[in-house]
Order: sequence, then C-alpha cells, then structure tokens
Amino acid sequence: MAEIRYFQAVTQAIQEEMARDERVFLFGEDVGLVGGTFRCTEGLMAEFGSRRVRDTPIAEAAIVGLAIGSAMVGMRPIAELMTMNFAIVAMDQIINHASKMRYMFGGNVNLPLVIRAPAGGGTQKAAQHSHCIESWFVNAPGIRVVIPSTPYDVKGLLKTAIRSEDPVLFIEHEAIYNRKGEVPEEEYLLPFGVADIKRPGRDVTIVAWSRMVFEALKAAEQLAEEGIECEVIDPRTLDPLDMDTILTSVLRTRRAVIVEEGWRNVGMGAELAARIQEHLFYDLEAPVQRVAAADVPTPYARNLEKLALPDADDVIEAVLKITL
Amino acid sequence: MAIPAADKMSLFRMMHLMRRFEQGAAEAYAEGHIGGFMHLYIGQEAAAAGSISALNHDDIVIATYRDHAHALARGSSPRALMAELYGRATGLCKGKGGSMHFYDPQNYFVGGYAIVGGQLPVAAGMALGIQMRNEDRVVMAFFGDGASNQGVFHEALNMAKLWDLPIVFVCENNFYGIATDVRISSAYNEIHRKAQGYGIPGKVVNGMDVLAVRQACEEAVRYARQGSGPILLEARCYRYQGHSMTDPGKYRSQAEADLWKKRDPIPRLAKHLIDEGLADQGRLDEIEAEVNRTVLDAMQFAESSPEPAPSALYADVFVETYPGELYTNG
Repeated sequence: MAEIRYFQAVTQAIQEEMARDERVFLFGEDVGLVGGTFRCTEGLMAEFGSRRVRDTPIAEAAIVGLAIGSAMVGMRPIAELMTMNFAIVAMDQIINHASKMRYMFGGNVNLPLVIRAPAGGGTQKAAQHSHCIESWFVNAPGIRVVIPSTPYDVKGLLKTAIRSEDPVLFIEHEAIYNRKGEVPEEEYLLPFGVADIKRPGRDVTIVAWSRMVFEALKAAEQLAEEGIECEVIDPRTLDPLDMDTILTSVLRTRRAVIVEEGWRNVGMGAELAARIQEHLFYDLEAPVQRVAAADVPTPYARNLEKLALPDADDVIEAVLKITL
Repeated sequence: MAIPAADKMSLFRMMHLMRRFEQGAAEAYAEGHIGGFMHLYIGQEAAAAGSISALNHDDIVIATYRDHAHALARGSSPRALMAELYGRATGLCKGKGGSMHFYDPQNYFVGGYAIVGGQLPVAAGMALGIQMRNEDRVVMAFFGDGASNQGVFHEALNMAKLWDLPIVFVCENNFYGIATDVRISSAYNEIHRKAQGYGIPGKVVNGMDVLAVRQACEEAVRYARQGSGPILLEARCYRYQGHSMTDPGKYRSQAEADLWKKRDPIPRLAKHLIDEGLADQGRLDEIEAEVNRTVLDAMQFAESSPEPAPSALYADVFVETYPGELYTNG
C-alpha cells in the first residue's frame, strides 16, 4: 500500500483507464498544458498527447455536449468541469440531455460518459464558488452521482465510472484534494451502490459523504471519549444509493444523523431522513437529525462561513440531542 | 456535379412523403390520437430532403424537435415513426419520446431535441469523436433561426472551427422563433455571416428549391469530409403551419404566407421533372398515390399497435441497474 493524496488518486485512475482503453479521453478547462487547476491531470497530456488530453474553451455547456456527442459515436469521454459551480452553467446539457436521452430515445442510445467536478466550500470562496449541489442531480433520474471522500474510494470509483455504460457525475471536493490515504499498488475497482462503514459504532448512525465524512469522524472520535459510539457510513455513491447498509445500521443503533455540506432545505438529508422513517419508524428512538449548511448563499467572511457550513461541532450537537 | 435523374425522382417522392406524413399526423392529432407538442414541417420539405440526400448512409444527422421529415429522409420506417407519435410500443422509441424525440441508430438519425440549440454541442461532440477515430464520416446538424441567438450555438461553432470538426451546420431559417419574427429578436439576421465570424464558411441557399439545397449540400459535405472543417448553410424556407399544433400562426400575414406558398418546393420540382422529360404527370401521380398508401398504412399500423406495457415505465433509464432499484434494462 502506498500513501498518496486524493488528487493523485484521481490522476492514477484516469491514467490507468486511458492506458487500458484508447476510447477514453479527457478534456476541460486547463486540464492539459497546466495539468488541471487542482493538479488532477498532471502529466497526462505529456503521456497521451493533445488529442486525448484536450484543453477546451471556457464553455461548460459545450464541454458537456462534447461528452454526450463523443459518447454517442463510441468514445468514452471524461469531461472535467473546473468546479461544480460551473455545472450550473451546463445544467441544460447535463439534465435535459445527458440524463434524459437514453429514456426518451427508447433505449436506443448508451451514454458512457463521466463529468468530473470538484465541489465545496470551507476556504472563503464565497457565494458563487462554494456549491455542494449533489442533491440537485440525485433528484433527476438518469445520471449516476458518485461522491467519494478518500483517495482509495476516489480511485476505485473513478475507474468504475469510466467503465460505466451510463452518464456519471463524479463529484470531488476542493478542500480534500491534498488529504492522504492508502491506495493499493495493484489494480482495483470499487462498485457503485455499496456504502462503506468508515467507523463502526453501536449508539448512533451518522451518514456523511465527501468532506463531511471527516467532520463526522472527528465528531465520532470526540464523542467516543464521552462513551458514545457512532457508526459513520459513507454511501460513496448517492445514485445508486445503498439504503441497505444505512437501514441495517439504523435498525441496530435506532438513531440517525445525516451530515451534508449542501443546504438543508430539500437536501439529500431530507431524502435520507424520509427513507429511514418510512422503513424504520417504529424502531427509531429519536427523530432523525439533519446537519447541513445554513440556507443562505455562502458568505465570504471567515466567521460567517464557519457559521454557515456544518462541522464536527454541529455533528456532536446533533448526536447529543438524540442520545442524552 | 449534375444531380442524377433517379435522385431527383427520389427527392420528389421524399418531399411528398414528408408532406403526406405531416398531413396524416395532423389529422391524427385532431382526432386525439397524438398528444403533446407536435411541430409540422410542411413547407420546409426541400431543406431536409435536399440536404440529407447529399449524405452517405453512415453520416450522422441530428435535428431539432421539428424532426419528422429528417427521420423520413434518413430512411426511418413511416410505421415506426407514426406509432411513436401515437405513443405505442411499436414506435421508433417504444413510445417514450413522441414527436420531438425520434432516434434511429440504424439509419444514423440521432435525434430530435427539444431545447432550442441544445443539439449543437452534442453535434460537435459527435464530430470530435469521428475525427478522433479517423472515420470518413460527417455530422449534419440542423437548427433553426432562433437557435442562432442561444449561447450554445456560439460555443459549438467556436469549438467546431477551433478543431476543424467535420460538421455541416444547416440552419432552417423560417424567419420565426416560435411566434417572434427574427426582425424583432435578432440584432443581425444574416445567420450565415455569424458563422463567418468564427472563420467558418457560411452560405445562403434557397430552402424552397430542393435541387439548389442538394447542390449546396453536396459541396458542403465534400468540404467537411475532406477535413477542411465545419461549414454552415442557411436554407431560407417557410413553415405553412403554426409553430406547433396549438399555434394558429396569427402573427403572420396572409399575404406573406401566400407569397411563400407560391414557391412551394413540391410543384416546383414536379414542373422541373416534367419540363426535363424525366417523368410525366401520370408517373408523378403514381408516386403520390403510393406515398398516400404508405402514410395510411402507417396510421393504421399505429392505431392497431399496443400501448407500452406498464413494465416499460422503469425500463431504459440506465444500462446498468443495481439491487434495490426499480429500474430495468430494456
């Protein structure tokens, strides 16, 4: 096992898949010559050339359109959106096109494409550069939503995404690109729809993904000192969603806290809370808790941003609310 | 290159098939067999028929929501198309797409798209894929005058020229974006010159003259196929009906409509065929009668076809499905 950073795991996954399958190619803003704003594509243009690693104009809708069209003629494109914020610019191509085409064309088309984009706030990037909007895409059927938290997960899931026959929105996180983690030397893939228990525990189930996994783990560590054992589950893919692992855990702990960096209102946490109570209403000892961003555009000022975004303290507060 | 006589006869048949198909669809719509939005191509036949006839079988055509004629020109089965309009299981897209979303991979017709301009970056992507695979194919991408004011039109043109992608853009300029006259929606109405702003050759062609369209498209397709990059043709034409079935088209004057109807592409080609001694009226009548039977047969086929089974509801959202999901594949 080697210890590498999250962004390096992204590079490795792309490198391996491009070497394995000549149909795989990569494009986006600054992915080639400079190796990506977050260094995720360093060295790839040198290795694979400027046809297969292509710098594009700043035109996010068309970048996604390129992915759709090239997938239609037998390529396996990886489109990088420099950040998730720009997915909003490309919303028509993602939702009206990529996620709808297979169904509305009666199964006549496969779209094996990956749209990679880093999301997230926490570093004072203010309202237009801090989005965690994965729930928007989970809401629309027809596109898979993958959102890994660790180097191990990001590598194994990105390789699976590239080999998937369906459109995949692959959401990374700007603030965890430098986190290190162990990744096997040998090749591996991770399946979609299988959650990972990041920390076992008997008292409370915490469901968290992306950067929030680390806030949840931090909270779990502190709570353990007070004798409260939290089980931290990372679904890793939000569509498909491994409800079995979540429900099995909650059935045991009888308490659940959902942690997300996105807004609380109509967020993924609301969906998970609804599903948990649909299945386990009579088994719950307490109402399902949601920890999420304040429903405001993300503010710039450091103190206000900290207030707006959820962190370990908020998770601890939510856990204590249902365990004391 | 001179257009072969057999091709001229095929164009006559095709334009008549397009018109009869649309008339049949309009009747079926009025009788309640067809729902939703449906946009007829009547009047514009020369644009699709002429341009698509300049392609090889494995060249790719992508179109707008006004897509019936393009699928017919590509060789899609009138039965499958009509059944799709009726929302039947035997439809081209199993009744899932309807009028605006035909898709026929066997005939390299890759869709009807109902977001104005949305198909243009997809077209660029297909052309990029073709170029990367070194295939001897071109993409023909249709769009309307309204799309030339959308952002993705400009994004797609820029990328197409930047990488010299093999695309023939065909603008079906019928002078109205839904109900709005281009003169009150566009600062600049020479759409072919918008292409020139990106270094792409742009030309105007009389979209009511199928032979002129064919000729212009042959040249354009040759240009794109030989690796010279994208090219744009602006076919000026006119739709006789409203924008869709629910639009009476009252924003246009009768005088304007009458003027355009005098330029109707079908009688125009019929006259040419007779004048050139390529066919007599009897032969043209036979073709019309055969086409009429084809459309009636398609309507009967559609009406007698079953609706999609309820189990189709969750089919074909994804190729790969996972435990616990309702989705099925195919």
